[in-house]
Amino acid sequence: MSSRTAADTRLLVEKSLRRRAWAERRFRAYGLGAVLLGVVFVFFLFASIISKGYTAFLQARVTLDIFYDPAAIDPEGTRQAETLAMANYSALVRAALREKFPEIEGNARRRALYALVSSSAAFELQHRVQADPSLLGQRQRLSFLAAANVDQLLKGKIDRRLPEANRVLTDQQIACADKLVNDGQLKLRFNSAFFTGGDSREPEQAGVWGAVVGSMYTLAVTLLLSFPIGVAAAIYLEEFAPRNRWTDLIEVNINNLAAVPSIVFGLLGLAMFLNFFGMPRSAPLVGGFVLTLLTLPTIIIASRAALKAVPPSIREAAFGMGASRLQMVGHHVLPLAMPGILTGTIIGMARALGETAPLLMIGMVAFIVNVPRSLADPATVLPVQIYLWADSSERAFLERTSAAIIVLLAFLIVMNAAAVILRNRFERRW
Amino acid sequence: MIRKVPLAAAMLSSLLFGSVAMAQSGRDYITVVGSSTVYPFTTTVAEQFGKAGKFKTPKVESTGTGGGIKLFCGGVGVQHPDIVNASRAIKTAELEACAKAGVAAKDIVEIMIGYDGIVVASSSKGKPYKLTRRDIYLGLAKQIPDPANPSALIPNPNKTWNQVNKALPADKIEVLGPPPTSGTRDAFVEMVMEAGCSTFPWIKSLKEVDESRYKRVCDAMREDGGYVEAGENDNLIVQKLEANPKALGIFGYSFLEENISQLQGATVDGVAPVFDNIASLKYPVSRPLFIYVKKAHVGVIPGIREFIAEYVSDRAMGGEGYLADKGLVPMSAGDLAKVRSSALARIK
Repeated sequence: MSSRTAADTRLLVEKSLRRRAWAERRFRAYGLGAVLLGVVFVFFLFASIISKGYTAFLQARVTLDIFYDPAAIDPEGTRQAETLAMANYSALVRAALREKFPEIEGNARRRALYALVSSSAAFELQHRVQADPSLLGQRQRLSFLAAANVDQLLKGKIDRRLPEANRVLTDQQIACADKLVNDGQLKLRFNSAFFTGGDSREPEQAGVWGAVVGSMYTLAVTLLLSFPIGVAAAIYLEEFAPRNRWTDLIEVNINNLAAVPSIVFGLLGLAMFLNFFGMPRSAPLVGGFVLTLLTLPTIIIASRAALKAVPPSIREAAFGMGASRLQMVGHHVLPLAMPGILTGTIIGMARALGETAPLLMIGMVAFIVNVPRSLADPATVLPVQIYLWADSSERAFLERTSAAIIVLLAFLIVMNAAAVILRNRFERRW
Repeated sequence: MIRKVPLAAAMLSSLLFGSVAMAQSGRDYITVVGSSTVYPFTTTVAEQFGKAGKFKTPKVESTGTGGGIKLFCGGVGVQHPDIVNASRAIKTAELEACAKAGVAAKDIVEIMIGYDGIVVASSSKGKPYKLTRRDIYLGLAKQIPDPANPSALIPNPNKTWNQVNKALPADKIEVLGPPPTSGTRDAFVEMVMEAGCSTFPWIKSLKEVDESRYKRVCDAMREDGGYVEAGENDNLIVQKLEANPKALGIFGYSFLEENISQLQGATVDGVAPVFDNIASLKYPVSRPLFIYVKKAHVGVIPGIREFIAEYVSDRAMGGEGYLADKGLVPMSAGDLAKVRSSALARIK
């Protein structure tokens, strides 16, 4: 009887063995498939962004022989600041181009020639002359930004085989650009303006630095506010607060807030900070306040989890040595929980760095040329800059959009790497 | 660690409140809000104005015409915008709301800046389209008059363009266009759909009798996949057209001009969407663009008069000005002179 049941059981187990082994193999295959799919998507994302964006790190520059013609800038020779500020500096650039291409005549054809050089050239000359009026009457070989379309031509993004009417550059303009290239006066160089300039309507002059500074100010405010407030709230709830209906209610609400769509925080910020407190629109200060509301729940939840992970024996030992509750937390529990708290904070910050929706409501989706100098200056942030460029009609903004995404991704990778390093260095296991 | 907290908190609060107090004392730059269609033009003027170096570069927000007018009408004071971009004229209801907040209609200066054409375009790899406004209505409306019994409406049965008009290609009707929140959509419906709809006499007569029914009949776009709402981002539509040579797209003229190597514009009522035809208003789907200036802020916020002077100058708004390079279709020299003198006379 018993031997029969044992044999039965064995038979049963042997029968199911194959099936169970198969189930496990299938599960592993699904898991591996899911990971591979994720890797493929990440690869495509990076490949498409980098392949579209890397060209924006180079920019075509034209070298021209500029004659600082005193007759054009300061005909009366007064050298007064007012005269120098009002003078027509684009005339100098135009004269240099006419000198290079004496064969081009006629108004329309000359206008097409002038369009090869970016409008920033005139302002660059103005700054030079204003800084050093003794330049007048001298000659200088200078390098200027080429117009965005010329830049696209050099990068092979304009199809020369198309009929002239279907091209943004005319045959004459292409011929001039080719001649400049042959003479070594038109070259692709590293695009430093992209990393030092603010936004611009001219793609060749547009840079991300204004948005990067705006993002840094906004995140600094967010960090300075959300870290102390979030950690204090977490410590109070975890270590000091009594367990009752009220603290339960608060806990449920914090968890719900973490799942609220970010645009809602923007509306709250508009109603509270702008309309009620009358703070300035588009300021990184207010952006930081709004993003603080957004990141607080994340930081509180992560900090509470980190505090909970500290074993009770540490607390009991501190009490046993006669420490007060505050000393127990400040000297023992908090330092041990810090790696977890910092990781949560950095992940919250990384989320705040990528937000645009709440900033739309408080006016940070805006065209801002000047790099912000203080927390109250109008500013924009990196994801908003990406959104604005993606919506521009000029084709040269396409590559700049991707390049700005690369900059944003680099920021995010650095922040996430910091989180990983902090965790690995300071984390303690029990 | 705990001991340092009060000090840090004091530093933090002084930093934050210090900068708030500083910001509230005044604003030394112009604030512009409003239409995303006018945004590229106003930002270009703002940049030129800022580079000249006398004043700070104005801040231009892209909020949409309706949202921008709401902000503009918030009241008088440094926290409210000075100028609003609009892709349509301001409505009476909006002027009333403005007046309630203390911005009287006579203190709002309207400046027309030029025209914008709305184009129907397709990839240059596909066939060129020659459309009439009636074709577009019959292709895109939710309901159309029954061909067998023209006085009754039926759900739009047309699947391909040659069902609409024998002269058109036998391609599936697939048009990518803006969603209802967009000013471009409003203008397109008004200038194309309603005009196409009014080619049926009984619907045209409906306009006087029962305007709300007329609007229902003419303004509704089909929702069975023939018309695809492609979002506010016109670049996205352009990229989708490049990928699908049989589809058509609806967007502003500047996007056609910038992407002329990839796209071709369909003729509407026999007129091609090119610069000259839009400027002369021969092209039927062109609309005026405006900016509105709050007079009460002139003299309070530095540089408004100079900014407007730059905007209406020949080098910006003129026939060969830099705004024309950005895709704005300028008005005639005579109209520009009128706009300029009246604007500068009212803003002192």
